[in-house]
Amino acid sequence: MTADVENAISVTGLTKRFSGRTVVDDFDMQVPKGAIYGFLGPNGSGKTTTIRMMCGLLTPDAGQGACLGYDILTEQAKIKARVGYMTQKFSLYEDLTIRENLDFIARMFAVPDRRSRVTETLADLGLTDRAGQLAGTLSGGWKQRLALAACMIHDPQLLLLDEPTAGVDPKARRDFWDEIRKLSAAGVTVLVSTHYMDEAIQCDFIAYIAYGKKLISGVAAEIPKMIGLSTYRVTGPDITALETRLRAEDAVAQVARFGAVLHVSGTDAAALDALAARMKGPQKWERKEAELEEAFIYLMSGAADNFSGAAA
Amino acid sequence: MTFDFSPGRFLAVLSKEFVQMRRDRITFVMMIGVPIMQLLIFGYAINSDPRHLPTLVEMADEGPITRAILSGMETSTFFDFQGVVTGPGEGDRALRDGTANFVVVIPPDFERDVLRGLKPDILVEADGTDPTAIGGAAGAMPGIIDTAMAATLTGPLATAARPAAPFGVTVHRAYNPEGETSLNIVPGLLAVILSMTMVMITAVAIVREGERGTMETLIATPVRPAEVMAGKIAPYVLVGYVQTLVFLILARALFGVPFTGSPLAFFVGFNLFIVVNLALGFLISTVARSQMQAMQVSFFTLLPTILLSGFMFPFAAMPGWAQTIGSAIPATHFLRLVRKVMLKGADLSDVMGNVIAILLILLVISAIAMRRYRQTLD
Repeated sequence: MTADVENAISVTGLTKRFSGRTVVDDFDMQVPKGAIYGFLGPNGSGKTTTIRMMCGLLTPDAGQGACLGYDILTEQAKIKARVGYMTQKFSLYEDLTIRENLDFIARMFAVPDRRSRVTETLADLGLTDRAGQLAGTLSGGWKQRLALAACMIHDPQLLLLDEPTAGVDPKARRDFWDEIRKLSAAGVTVLVSTHYMDEAIQCDFIAYIAYGKKLISGVAAEIPKMIGLSTYRVTGPDITALETRLRAEDAVAQVARFGAVLHVSGTDAAALDALAARMKGPQKWERKEAELEEAFIYLMSGAADNFSGAAA
Repeated sequence: MTFDFSPGRFLAVLSKEFVQMRRDRITFVMMIGVPIMQLLIFGYAINSDPRHLPTLVEMADEGPITRAILSGMETSTFFDFQGVVTGPGEGDRALRDGTANFVVVIPPDFERDVLRGLKPDILVEADGTDPTAIGGAAGAMPGIIDTAMAATLTGPLATAARPAAPFGVTVHRAYNPEGETSLNIVPGLLAVILSMTMVMITAVAIVREGERGTMETLIATPVRPAEVMAGKIAPYVLVGYVQTLVFLILARALFGVPFTGSPLAFFVGFNLFIVVNLALGFLISTVARSQMQAMQVSFFTLLPTILLSGFMFPFAAMPGWAQTIGSAIPATHFLRLVRKVMLKGADLSDVMGNVIAILLILLVISAIAMRRYRQTLD
């Protein structure tokens, strides 16, 4: 594998099967260095498995690639030493104190000058006074901040965050994203999986995965164009009744409601224009640029929940 | 993949494990407290040679011979006379409700018939629902009666006595002259205590990482599986050493169990036994998905360890198939080794057979465990 100077992650054809079921199917992805890359998809779509294969925690059944220039099949140890991986569930030791947890992780990575590094991290977190508190007694938001600090303790070049904000309150989520942007500005590449749309919008690049297959990927702002969605913004009276009628129309791929506003989207622009002309009534129809929000609702409605069956 | 073992990471896992062990008060207390309690309870409570069993007498006749027999029974310490049956059916009732283990029935005209040489029968009714309880006492009856007769039927009456056998039999209870049950139970207990704590604690400690999700954190670090295993298991080996030390001190101080054999033989055997139990715990951890399951499976292995290893019941008394199962249990061989070393003064060459048996079991368990571990790695 030749070292890829542009990309932190570059994989092709990744495939993983668990007892006969294909969980990830022929997956390609390029994550540019220094980017915040959003990894989206419904539950069970294979996000976690893909992340694990990319950082050498799981061996793919097929495919190849490099992470930080190291082969994901043969150089897992080198990758692990340079990657920070934050799991979906809090997975530090609840029966160790905050300091003990950080110290343990630092020892695992053989962090130089360990003691001062741990003390420094505690100060950055604002947890110096509570260093002796058991990690299990922290609130959800604090646990997540501690987990982030723990996976940053060895100064990784790449951060893999697996649904880091699941079950965390909005304020803590905002703070968390501030932190992520700070790290990204400092040159750390961040790959983050999520199913919150407001988080996806903060990413530079996005990949959408469903049923173990990548449906789309690219620069976040270009995703709606790539899907080819045209959207109308509809306001006015009796919007609920209109919504029901619009759903039955073939030209309409989706109707998303934002308060008193309907966003009506379709992939066939001409058909949608014709519909808009036909439907004009008491409501006001305005052509608008399709945004990431519509794009995601569109993608998600296509691939509801991957546990519900249906082969891809 | 190259094999590199980082002492730094191993020590980190080790010290983390010690901190967790210290925080988990109940488990910590159990590790030391349970062995002591078991030693005290089993050591003092279990007695396979029961004495002073409640006995009733139904006397249809009375005389010097009867009195001699009864007093002979009482002085044997096997029987404790609770009283005399007065009405019909009272003896049966006492046996049935358990207030008496024995009812001794002296038939009518017993004294006269003895003197006439009619060989009358004394009936000793025993509660057979508990063979162990009555076995010793029932076995001692003929001897007691012979002694009583010999003392009473002297002079002209001697013809009525049973002629003595032309030879004598002396049973020499080697290694345990007083037949103390504790000398049998206590050394065997070490096998049970170590089996119980080592298997369960190892299985639970490993499964815990997976169940709490912390294994994910571990595998995302550069730590090697061997470092995790060694770091997690080493503290429990130490626990095994502490348990054994406590055991040896208490066995000597409270039960007077001697240690007559070679310390080297003991040391080799017990280290091997600890390792085999850790391997078994490791195997269980590859099967169990939760700490609860690990505990249940560990308990499942504990029962045969107690019942089929020869700890509670004589190994030789079991049918062939049960002996086969028993031979596959490491505790069977370890408790033989401990008994040999502590009581019989064995040295390493005497226990080589047991050592090899444990080694074989270890090989089999490790092979299965490693296979299963590889499968569950991904």
